[in-house]
Amino acid sequence: MSDIATTHATKGTIGENASRPDGGPKVRGEFAFSGDLWADGMLWGRTLRSPHPAARIIAIDIAAALRIPGVHAVVTAADLPASVNYGLEWRDQPVFATDVVRYVGEPVAAVAADHPEAARQACEAIDVQYEPQVPLLDPAEAAAAPPIHPDGNVFRQLTIRTGDPSARGPIVVEGAYEVGMQDQAFMGPEAGLAIPADDGGIDLIVSTQWLHNDRLQVAECLGLAPEKVRLSLGGVGGAFGAREDVSLQIHACLLAQRTARPIKIVYSREESFLGHVHRHPARIWMRHSAEADGRLVSFEARILLDGGAYRSSSYHVVANATCFSAGPYKVENALAEGIGVRTNNPPCGAMRGFGAVQVCFAHEAQMDKLAEACGVDPVEIRLRNALATGDRLLTGQVIEGTLPVARVIREAAALPLPPSPEIADPMTRPGGAGRTADAAHVRRGIGFAVGFKNLMYAEGYMDGSAARCRLSDGLATVTCAAAEVGQGFVTLAQQIARTVLGVEDVLLAPADTSIGSAGSSSASRQTWMSGGAVEKACQAVRAALLQHVADRHGIDPAQLTITDGRVTSTDARDSIDLAVADAAPGVVFEEEVEYHHRITHPLDDDGQGDAHVSLVCAAHRAVVDVDPDLGLIRVVQVATAQDVGRALNPLQVLGQIEGGIAQGLGLATMEELTLRNGRILNPSFTDYLIPTALDMPEVLATLVEEPEPGAPFGAKGVGEPPTISSTPAIVAALRAATGKALNRVPVRPQDIALGDGE
Amino acid sequence: MKVAMTINGTSQQHEIEPRVLLVQFIREVAGLTGTNVGCDTTSCGTCTVLLDGESVKSCTILAVQADGAQITTIEGLAEPGTLHPMQEAFRENHALQCGFCTPGMVLAAVSLLQENAHPSEQEVRSALEGNLCRCTGYHNIVKAILAAADAAEVPA
Ligand code: FES
Ligand code: FES
Repeated sequence: MSDIATTHATKGTIGENASRPDGGPKVRGEFAFSGDLWADGMLWGRTLRSPHPAARIIAIDIAAALRIPGVHAVVTAADLPASVNYGLEWRDQPVFATDVVRYVGEPVAAVAADHPEAARQACEAIDVQYEPQVPLLDPAEAAAAPPIHPDGNVFRQLTIRTGDPSARGPIVVEGAYEVGMQDQAFMGPEAGLAIPADDGGIDLIVSTQWLHNDRLQVAECLGLAPEKVRLSLGGVGGAFGAREDVSLQIHACLLAQRTARPIKIVYSREESFLGHVHRHPARIWMRHSAEADGRLVSFEARILLDGGAYRSSSYHVVANATCFSAGPYKVENALAEGIGVRTNNPPCGAMRGFGAVQVCFAHEAQMDKLAEACGVDPVEIRLRNALATGDRLLTGQVIEGTLPVARVIREAAALPLPPSPEIADPMTRPGGAGRTADAAHVRRGIGFAVGFKNLMYAEGYMDGSAARCRLSDGLATVTCAAAEVGQGFVTLAQQIARTVLGVEDVLLAPADTSIGSAGSSSASRQTWMSGGAVEKACQAVRAALLQHVADRHGIDPAQLTITDGRVTSTDARDSIDLAVADAAPGVVFEEEVEYHHRITHPLDDDGQGDAHVSLVCAAHRAVVDVDPDLGLIRVVQVATAQDVGRALNPLQVLGQIEGGIAQGLGLATMEELTLRNGRILNPSFTDYLIPTALDMPEVLATLVEEPEPGAPFGAKGVGEPPTISSTPAIVAALRAATGKALNRVPVRPQDIALGDGE
Repeated sequence: MKVAMTINGTSQQHEIEPRVLLVQFIREVAGLTGTNVGCDTTSCGTCTVLLDGESVKSCTILAVQADGAQITTIEGLAEPGTLHPMQEAFRENHALQCGFCTPGMVLAAVSLLQENAHPSEQEVRSALEGNLCRCTGYHNIVKAILAAADAAEVPA
């Protein structure tokens, strides 16, 4: 095939706003979410859950359930062929409760029936005799209370000690803060389809964040070799941390093994709220001391996180909360104590921001107090203390990569403010049209906050991702098990392949366990880890292609390069100029690689160590209007500058920023799972409120691009920073407008109107 | 009991139990899974379809109540292989991430523009109040709808 002499730059490469490959199917309704799956002869699975936060199980009688027409199986812990426990990082959670239940919603049994209604009736017909116990509900009592689990009540206690914690500056500020239990509240409830295979194994299609970790836990509990458990990714309707833990995976596979029939399980919204982990509620005390000019001298913190009944990722949430408790500020003398405990509340684990969110709410309130005590502007006091490359974290680690804290502060502060409230549309007043606030009473407030956290897993975890690239006549196919949960990894994978290979046609093979693990779609890690794996696989293919062309022309491959979709020689004497598609007709190049980041190390007894791979920061400025008499709030604008390393797809980055701010706004003003006696009182979207299109403020964003050394293309993960400092910025603005202390999120109308927030 | 309705131009007649919701009829009986179910309390709007041209949450009505109706689901909005301008606008403007809210959002938006061809940004936001999105923060969705309205204004 001949090509015209002019070359065209490859479209859809790194740095462009390439469009999502799944955008077409998603707008047409053709994209198959995990709840859309169907198999011939399939049965419906359903889970029976504990109504008690703490109880002994005296007996379980399934006879009546089995007699219901259409019911094919009822399984309990006694039916598990191998391991009876599972868990994301530590196997402390029973697949089905055996002798005790430890939270409201804990699975006790599961049924399979030919109709969802029969499955529901069967669950009702299972007779479980409970002997209720006094639940352990107060996390402050957990460490000293009798253990409610053989592994004890403390998931982790971490102390970070550096410098001389008794050092004191002349200015001292202190405060106690509280963060309620937030839920990820993704839109597509948990769903999956387990299909028994002829070889005695199971095929499971499921919406998850981490196929290979699910696979391992299923295999352990079913007594199968991991190769016999094959997972593929069902369409995922959002995740935000809630799909990192196993939910229905083991139940569905066990029922499939039992009945030799495909099993479909779809959670209702209520069951979804019961069936996944939440953000840890936190109680935090902090004391800062500073010189008169606001430069920090000492920092102390005590952080209590309620992990609920099982460990999930509590161990590492404690680490993050404690390591980043001082915020992105320089402080040489510190004592920070974090503890995560077990209670009979619902289990908590990963949610976007992972421990950094809770402490950011506290340290940013403290920085504002400090600014006031020193008579320094809130933006200025943050600049005076901003961490930078070369500084040390609380853990002693020297920041080697980029961390443009001062720059994100300056850039966010420089964004234009919205028009004053007088000229705004009455519809946009606090409370909207229905409960219009009195315009004369509306007060405006402005708040500022900065946050930071790590990228990737920490403390010596050997993290990796595998990818395969195949190139044949200009068509590239990329295979990687990274879970696309909505964040847009699929777009980046294509952009990376196009950039390295100079081709435009890039197919993505389905994400499944036929290739090695890509790790979890969490910790803002896939752009770096699986992006790195895809880049490396494509580079290997590129090298093989260039070698092939070089061999054919009898030249050194080092002379060849791919530019704008063409293989050319850097030596003008060679007249090589081939489209990539024509460079090796009929030859297939295929390479599979593993990518790892640099090694990190555990923290020592003083919480010191080189534990984190890379850091990321962002600043948010919020503008709110408040009617203090009615307690009504309207967030008018959130301006942000975010450290992104390099924006691989600016439009997608902006999507993460806007979506993340929406969740930060939710935590600031409305989102909380309320518990009574360990039971979630509001497991529905009528009672657990998340922001609507009317709640969203204007968002102004500046992407700060300082490429991160060692990161593929210099890019940092962008998903989490928008949720970290947006919440404290909004609450700071509410404080500025109302003069109230507002030490707890979410801020409720009565905290403002009735003075509860004092 | 027997219900008959037209979904995306195809007549659907089936014997069903009276308690079957319209969304169950669409998904499980007619096999059209583009219409999603995100809640149990008629709060999320992911199940939005057009019933005789008007947007409704298909989990709020029984299939029998839609007897004789013309239903349009996301799959029927455009001819196969083509995109409705609203679908195109959502795709163009990165108005989706996970995409679970998208079918409902698109249909709510189509219905809005039928009633109000030139909505203000505030009117778009009010019209979307019953449709939740957890991923995008809504701005690109609003942008897409305004872009589709603008594009439709261009004289033929
Ligand atoms: S499924 Fe949520 S409104 Fe219909
Ligand atoms: S795109 Fe995920 S819910 Fe809207």
